[in-house]
Amino acid sequence: MNFSLRYYIEKLRKSWMIISLVIILSLPFLIGISLLFKSWPLLVSTPISEIIFSSNWMPTKGNFGLWPFIFSSIVVSLLGLLIMIPFTLASAIYITQFAPNWISKVLRTVIDILAGIPSVIFGLWGIIVIVPMVSEWATSANSANASGYSILAAGIVVAVTTLPFVLNMLIELFESVPRELKESTLAMGASHWQTIKDVILKKIRPGIIAAFTLGLSKAFGETIAVLMVVGNVVQIPDSIFAAGYPLPALLANNYGEMMSIPKYDSALMLSALMLLIIVILFNYFAHKVIRFYQSKM
Amino acid sequence: MSLENNTSLIDEEIIRKDESKGLHNLIYVKDLSLWHGKQQTLKNVELNIRDKGITVLLGPSGCGKTTLLKTFNRLTDLDPDIKTTGSIFFEDKDILTKNIDVYALRQKMGLLSQRPHPLPGTISDNIRYALKLKGIKSKVEQDDRIEYYIKKVALWDEVKDRLKYSANSLSIGQQQRLCLARGLAIEPRVILADEPTSALDPISSRKIEEQFQELSKEFAIVLVTHILRQAKRLADYTAFMYYGEVVEKGKPSDLFENPKTEIFKDYLQVGH
Repeated sequence: MNFSLRYYIEKLRKSWMIISLVIILSLPFLIGISLLFKSWPLLVSTPISEIIFSSNWMPTKGNFGLWPFIFSSIVVSLLGLLIMIPFTLASAIYITQFAPNWISKVLRTVIDILAGIPSVIFGLWGIIVIVPMVSEWATSANSANASGYSILAAGIVVAVTTLPFVLNMLIELFESVPRELKESTLAMGASHWQTIKDVILKKIRPGIIAAFTLGLSKAFGETIAVLMVVGNVVQIPDSIFAAGYPLPALLANNYGEMMSIPKYDSALMLSALMLLIIVILFNYFAHKVIRFYQSKM
Repeated sequence: MSLENNTSLIDEEIIRKDESKGLHNLIYVKDLSLWHGKQQTLKNVELNIRDKGITVLLGPSGCGKTTLLKTFNRLTDLDPDIKTTGSIFFEDKDILTKNIDVYALRQKMGLLSQRPHPLPGTISDNIRYALKLKGIKSKVEQDDRIEYYIKKVALWDEVKDRLKYSANSLSIGQQQRLCLARGLAIEPRVILADEPTSALDPISSRKIEEQFQELSKEFAIVLVTHILRQAKRLADYTAFMYYGEVVEKGKPSDLFENPKTEIFKDYLQVGH
């Protein structure tokens, strides 16, 4: 009696799952296409190379050179990565190879807490701690910009925001190394450090590269914490103490304002599209590396 | 090392008995107990390991065979919860004392584990790393020895054209022989083998067993196994372990024909 009802419910359930799947899978394309559609007016009037590599940002005069923003983004995220690499690697090695159980448990809890902190709080912390610190360094280095709001401050803050994310990946990687491989190496008379350096790090090297690539991608897209400390000046930064203006900050600060300027909307949409493409490329590369490494296992 | 030094450490009586039987022992385990936290895994183990020949540690899973094996090269150090009492004498020293050079000790005790664990890198890298640890820096000599040890484990014909391939590209049986070659390259006195055929197919197992019979002319081999047939095929001397104790030990001819304890009788029964 209930057969047909159950049948339809079953069918409904299935189609509901398929529909959600299709929506999720198509989201990146839909976002990309709508951004492309909106940035089209600028793309047809100005060659793309000129938009990317020109430093001339004068929206009121119709000049939309995005290079200062792209360059700031690259520098800030690379700085963040450079600062983050030694800390995350050292901590991951310590937590997985040397720390007694209880310390390793405490550290993991701290990392999880860090990972859960909203990035606006990291931004505030940057303003009250990092910016004054950088300002002092800038003063003693006789830098033109001594305010402390700089790409260095942004680099430090972005390193902190991405640190827990990367560290968790690294810890998982180190733990994926079988204990017996470690024992086999030690049994040949290698010291603990030789084992880590020559065998464990070598074994998971592709994974480490992938983890840092994903970290870089996250740093590239970090918005609020960065825009709070980076200074937001449209220029090509000439030192690490100079202010910068990364792409996400451009979008967050300006979208919705001055929209009467012709093609301004298009320029912002284009920078959003570029941000999206760059981040997707980073993630794609990281997954390629992981796949390559899994096939070799 | 002088003889006085020797006898002060190891029971004089044992050595005299050994010599009267024409035996030469390499490792003497004296009253060894081991705790894993609060749980005792080894109970007053007394055992001699012969030089040249295969000593089989036989027993059911979880009886402490592997733990005993790992005390020989101090891999037990990795676990801070492990505490030991008693002594293991090897080359005139008690290797359980603190002031032992564990790296040198481990180079005298080559380990072959249950599953092969090739190092990341190529087939020749695997042996090259062992040679580097041994202090051999010359590339030419390394290459010579790589060939020598791969030939020694009868793997050369199978891999000579692909030494630069990843060691993971080998079959699991070949990987195990590569690991054996790697262990031999550190020039050990003793080969510690922890159920080395348990992950292998019968043909690969047989190859490893043949290797062991050959190698037992040069090395002292301690073989951990729970396979009765394997013990019978290979053992020159057998110790049967049960719940952390060495219950019976002796030459296989005596031991397997005349089991003294009920536990061992049962094990022999079930094993057949």
